[in-house]
Amino acid sequence: MLRLLNIEIHKLKYSRASRVLVFIYFILLTSIALIAAIKFDIGPVKFHLADQGIFNFPYIWHFNTYIASILKFFLLLVIVSMMANEYSNKTLKQNLIDGLSKKEFVLSKFYTVVLLALVSTIFVFVVSLILGYSYSDFNEISIVTTDLEYLFAFFVKLVAFFSFGLFLGILVKRSAFAVGAMLVWAMVEGFAKGMLYWKFDTMVANVMQFFPLEAMSNLIKEPFTRLGAVKTVAKQVGEDLSKDFSVQPLDIVIVLVWTAIFVYASYVLLKKRDL
Amino acid sequence: METILSLKNLHKKFGAAIHAVNDLSFDIKKGNVYGILGPNGSGKSTTLGIILNVVNKTSGSFNWYGGNLTTHQALKKVGAIIERPNFYPYMTATQNLALVCKIKRIPFTKIEEKLKAVNLYERRNSKFSTYSLGMKQRLAIASALLNDPEILILDEPTNGLDPQGIHEIRVLIKEIAQNGTTILLASHLLDEVEKVCSHVVVIREGVKLYSGTVDEMVASQGLFELKVDTDSEKLMELLTKFEGIASIKTEDDKIIATLNKSVSASEINNYLFHNGIVLSHLVKRKPSLEQQFLTLTNKN
Repeated sequence: MLRLLNIEIHKLKYSRASRVLVFIYFILLTSIALIAAIKFDIGPVKFHLADQGIFNFPYIWHFNTYIASILKFFLLLVIVSMMANEYSNKTLKQNLIDGLSKKEFVLSKFYTVVLLALVSTIFVFVVSLILGYSYSDFNEISIVTTDLEYLFAFFVKLVAFFSFGLFLGILVKRSAFAVGAMLVWAMVEGFAKGMLYWKFDTMVANVMQFFPLEAMSNLIKEPFTRLGAVKTVAKQVGEDLSKDFSVQPLDIVIVLVWTAIFVYASYVLLKKRDL
Repeated sequence: METILSLKNLHKKFGAAIHAVNDLSFDIKKGNVYGILGPNGSGKSTTLGIILNVVNKTSGSFNWYGGNLTTHQALKKVGAIIERPNFYPYMTATQNLALVCKIKRIPFTKIEEKLKAVNLYERRNSKFSTYSLGMKQRLAIASALLNDPEILILDEPTNGLDPQGIHEIRVLIKEIAQNGTTILLASHLLDEVEKVCSHVVVIREGVKLYSGTVDEMVASQGLFELKVDTDSEKLMELLTKFEGIASIKTEDDKIIATLNKSVSASEINNYLFHNGIVLSHLVKRKPSLEQQFLTLTNKN
């Protein structure tokens, strides 16, 4: 496993485009901290976002993983191009001739995906921890360690999303088209969702949760309406925003199944193809 | 002699219409230099693709080292170059070769030696994308030699090179062959195969037409080129009566008589002279590989 990871890192580390994208990604992850600096000071209205409780433990886990997962598109570009470039440079063929098996090839890519997801998760964990300890109203260990499942959900979500990218990279062989295919698929899901709401009205969420992108976004639900301040406002206008924000085991299972499907389908595709 | 690779009744179809490899069987024995000859599109590259595990066979079988090793294991003992040199354009020669070492699980120690062997050591830290085609091809050979392979597989190694580049690659191949490495060389360039190879497999449209040594293929009994100023009908008639002549045909203004047993030029000259024919032209020739190849691959 380390050998395969080593091979893949060797390919990535000399590529300037990948280095720049990964670098930007981690800079952006760090910049979540900049949200803390959002401050309005307009005469009598004083607003400091960090004081609104977004950096309170355990809410910060939810908030930061949600924001950080928006940035996953940067890494998607790296992953899709590391796959598609093997086709356009014909190095995939050369790798196989040099003695890498097709299974090893797919695994080396998948391990890299897991590694990138893991590093992102650790990074988000550290950034959140620092932010939390600087701004949170509660610093007791028991509170800090609640809701850590959001980090796990974040990790699972990234692995699944990147595996999807990997699969599309193998399927269409061109990075730009693969990213396009991802967007088209997102539209397909959106269209399916719209049609279902139009035709059936009820039970739509039960069906939609099985679609890959929908399942991934279900893992970490939007955190904004959970914020105390937002809730208060909602209550005043008579809206009930009570909703289950926790990470659902079923969602995790669906996403893991999709990940397995993407990785296995990549392998089957590669195996059946003549290069 | 140990059999390194053995192909049995190999078939490859692309869709229903194209039968790229048709019932191909041959063995590769250790220490020989094999040439796979065939016109463009005859299935050479497809065959190599199959044994290198990048093209899926339709039916039939092949095995490495008598089936004692899986293809995946065997490929670690093989060095191969297919069509064009494929490397990561953003890496330098050294970095590219280091990657190959990692894939083949061998130490980096050979990189320097092999780069020197193909005369690329001075350019080792330049990016692959800055190389000329000849340099790329040489780097590919360095890469194929990294593991000191038991068998080297080369697909059109001189394709697209200038005469100097072709010469360099040929010298390199000969050197490698002299060290006892088995070589399998696919080419449509006949003089290349004739100069380098000891054995030859000729294929056309995926069908094997000939397999054996280059010497056997070239060494028929030879042929005579004859010309007479006057009575060529009489010459033809006399030649058909002569024992040892298999066939006669006219080519331009010359008559070509192919032999099926050893006949010397003086014998035939003497025979014709005694029957009243004075030749104006008589040459005994051995056919070149090119002629043999054309005879073999000629559809009729």
